Amino acid sequence: MTARDEVLGRIRSALGDGPSRPAAGAVVRQYRRAGAAAAEEFPAGSRSDLVELLVDRLVDYRASVSRTSPDGVAGVLGRRLAEHGIGSALVPDGFPQQWLADSAVERHSDEALTPAQLDRIDGVLCTCRLAIAETGTIVLDSGPGQGRRAVSLVPDYLLIVLEAGQVVAGVPEAVAQLDPTRPLTWISGPSATSDIELNRVEGVHGPRTLDVILIEDAETPAAEVRDAQAPEAIA
Amino acid sequence: MRVALFATCLVDGLFPDVARATVRLLRRLGHQVEFRQEQSCCGQMHLNTGYPAEALPLIRRQVEVFADCEAIVAPSGSCTGAIRHQYADTARRFGDERLAVAAEAVAARTYELSEFLVDVTGVTDVGGYFPHRVTYHPTCHSLRLLRVGDKPLALLRAVEGIDLVELPGAESCCGFGGTFALKNSAVSAAMLADKVAAVAATAASVCSAGDSSCLMHIGGGLSRLRVGARTMHLAEILASTRTEPALV
Amino acid sequence: MTYLGMPTAPAGVGQLRGTESFPAAAETALANGQLRRNLANATSTIRAKRAAVVSEVPDWQQLRAAAAAIKDDVLANLDSYLVQLEARVTEQGGVVHWARDATEANRIVTELVAATGAREVVKVKSMATQEIGLNQALEEAGILAYETDLAELIVQLGDDRPSHILVPAIHRNRTEIRDIFLAEMAGVHPGLTDDPPALAEAARTYLRQKFLTAKVAISGANFAIADTGTLMVVESEGNGRMCLTLPRTLITVMGIEKLLPTFSDLEVFLQLLPRSSTGERMNPYTSMWTGVHPGDGPQEFHLVLLDNGRTATLADDRGRAALRCIRCSACLNVCPVYERTGGHAYGSVYPGPIGAVLSPQLTGVADNPSLPFASTLCGACYDVCPVAIDIPSMLVHLRGRVNADKAAGHRLPVPEAAGMAAASWAMRGRRRWAWLLRAARLGRWARLARLSRSRTARRLLPPPLSSWTRSRDLPEPPAQTFRDWWAEQR
Ligand code: SF4
Repeated sequence: MTARDEVLGRIRSALGDGPSRPAAGAVVRQYRRAGAAAAEEFPAGSRSDLVELLVDRLVDYRASVSRTSPDGVAGVLGRRLAEHGIGSALVPDGFPQQWLADSAVERHSDEALTPAQLDRIDGVLCTCRLAIAETGTIVLDSGPGQGRRAVSLVPDYLLIVLEAGQVVAGVPEAVAQLDPTRPLTWISGPSATSDIELNRVEGVHGPRTLDVILIEDAETPAAEVRDAQAPEAIA
Repeated sequence: MRVALFATCLVDGLFPDVARATVRLLRRLGHQVEFRQEQSCCGQMHLNTGYPAEALPLIRRQVEVFADCEAIVAPSGSCTGAIRHQYADTARRFGDERLAVAAEAVAARTYELSEFLVDVTGVTDVGGYFPHRVTYHPTCHSLRLLRVGDKPLALLRAVEGIDLVELPGAESCCGFGGTFALKNSAVSAAMLADKVAAVAATAASVCSAGDSSCLMHIGGGLSRLRVGARTMHLAEILASTRTEPALV
Repeated sequence: MTYLGMPTAPAGVGQLRGTESFPAAAETALANGQLRRNLANATSTIRAKRAAVVSEVPDWQQLRAAAAAIKDDVLANLDSYLVQLEARVTEQGGVVHWARDATEANRIVTELVAATGAREVVKVKSMATQEIGLNQALEEAGILAYETDLAELIVQLGDDRPSHILVPAIHRNRTEIRDIFLAEMAGVHPGLTDDPPALAEAARTYLRQKFLTAKVAISGANFAIADTGTLMVVESEGNGRMCLTLPRTLITVMGIEKLLPTFSDLEVFLQLLPRSSTGERMNPYTSMWTGVHPGDGPQEFHLVLLDNGRTATLADDRGRAALRCIRCSACLNVCPVYERTGGHAYGSVYPGPIGAVLSPQLTGVADNPSLPFASTLCGACYDVCPVAIDIPSMLVHLRGRVNADKAAGHRLPVPEAAGMAAASWAMRGRRRWAWLLRAARLGRWARLARLSRSRTARRLLPPPLSSWTRSRDLPEPPAQTFRDWWAEQR
């Protein structure tokens, strides 16, 4: 007998075939499902509350958030790269070129670069699929402007441009919008570890700096930056 | 109300003062108390040590003895917990559906003391008087199995003259755990040491709880380490009055 | 060994059994003051963090109920969900393998690695591969496995054993970690301090070249989605993403119970898991992949489905809920026993409350007979478990199984079983019970209570009494039993 048949056979005899086996998929769900969270906690028209929550959560996880209008992106982006001393940046296909107008960095496109080649580039710029306000999470799905998974991982500096319209309330809303056939990466703050005495330390193998540029409508004053607070003193 | 006292085997044999205090308290509140001599042990020790077959006759006996009682009150969270959460299930496991149904009926009318006072009779001020510094340990089974919440604390707060101080780390287990105290005596002792240190830190003269089993364990540690505090069951504090004060 | 006809995890491979009983191992652990301080600090930190982020979620109990129901659905229909997962993964370019037990899983993985020609692999923290002892099997085949999770790395470099599901090096403090790095980490800066960021930086530097050049990665999985074939790993450091993204070949070893029926079920588990485990609203990185994604990540993907005693666990309708476990470790962090002994005392890679119910079921209770008794039944684990496993009730059930197994093999400790039977008999008869209570009071008890108060005399007390009097005095006997007092009153 193959291992497959044997394991499946064991499962069937462990469970016993008969009326006692409940039908698949019969689950009672009384938690907030997609749409409900937004409806209850963020009354219609208060998308701005969602955005505020997202910013708060991102900053809490030590990401820096720059809020700007559509016209302000290029300027903010140029300043952020300069501040972090980013000399070379990988720019994935589909990343809007006009956002680079004010940046002096050396640009690389991803021509099947090896991990070692990616490692020699200072930073990476990308767009994203959506962001989750409640958890401060940004989701990438390797869509246009995002590049493949390795691209947003190897360089030490990651800058994500996010539009306010991409912000969803909670995890259920995000799961409902995502396509499981795509490779998905959920990012909540820079890489971190809690392995030393269960205290959180930022910066291990992934990008150690996460910058977010949040595009809001035209009224938003350009380039209002909220920086990550200094990391708490480790007790 | 007619109340049947389930004293529990431990209280009956080793801590009769607790049962006497329970009787005094219930009578003072106007209840008629009866004690059925046929009662013995709820079977919790057998159940929790993995001897359900040996527990079954004790379950049957408990259910028979108390079948026709309006309210059964026990000065123990863990015995009440066993009756409420383990009886019917154990009976069904041995294929005794009739016993299971009867056990559910008895369980529905069995109350831990603080539940009975607060939930059934709606009383929090029992007219007690106890002018001493007291700290309260919420035992695991009353806390997490019965979910008595802060009912015992509400009862204690209403006692005249009491100086009730919070126990640090109150909700962590004292390390008794029935036969755990013997089978894993070193771990049990380590947990006890922390509990005793917490009691000592309150400078209370009395550590109270709703279970004599945990109190026997904590009291054994307090005595061994010569911490100047003694244990008293919740019932003993609530029963104490100006005219008949409990001795500390 | 089998349970109800289902083979359990074989002995001699992997890490599900200790060499001594829990009480004996616990004595050793308790004597280590440094260990106890490390554990007390770490668990109290994580308990507070968890409590804070759980209290933010208004529908936590509803999520918990749904999670339990979803996992029960998975278990009740495990065969069909596994077949569905296999079909989806295969359609998407992955290859699915089945392993009856640890030995078979190790052989499959070793052959897959050997076929690539690689002599080195990078690994993402995975309980399943710890359980089966994969690193050792690879080593025997001449393949070097690099653990890349910081805590796993600390354990590997220190030639140590994991002591926690989530943070395998929880028993080490920063100074000990610094010392291990200085002694064992190739190329480490000799001036390394014990500042946590400096330690994290050292791990980053050490592993960087491994990530950039690795050809094969081995991972576990937190979840696999039956209806899409999607696999998922949650992590913090980015080592997981490195392993799951950069090498050409990815081999994932997963217990057969790690399934979820549909992609949308993640909306439940991605809320419960991070808050329960690291006390974060969301862990820094979560990766999901479905088979092979052309031009993005590994171009060869193997999924190894592992039984190793899981079907034996499934066969026990009162124990099977242990397979709901999503390995968040919340139950360990709140357990007063775990907090004092740490994980090594449990002998298995699965310590704490979940280990006490899972390990004996995977191995059969005869091989882990002391674990179901390693609990006071305080219930703290059940309260925090995000999939609502009633661990205390399951412990009680498994105690019964241990006793029944010993009785069947005539290995029951005679005094205990006889004592329990005698007590049950005595308690059933009104007269004999009343007599016994009275006799105990009048007879030796008063003397014993006195002896327990004397440092020299209590040494002479026999077991099991000595187990009590070692750290506690006995109460003074009362003048009269309650029932006698009551009878006199009337
Ligand atoms: S048993 Fe529950 S609390 Fe413990 S690790 Fe598993 S899921 Fe988490």
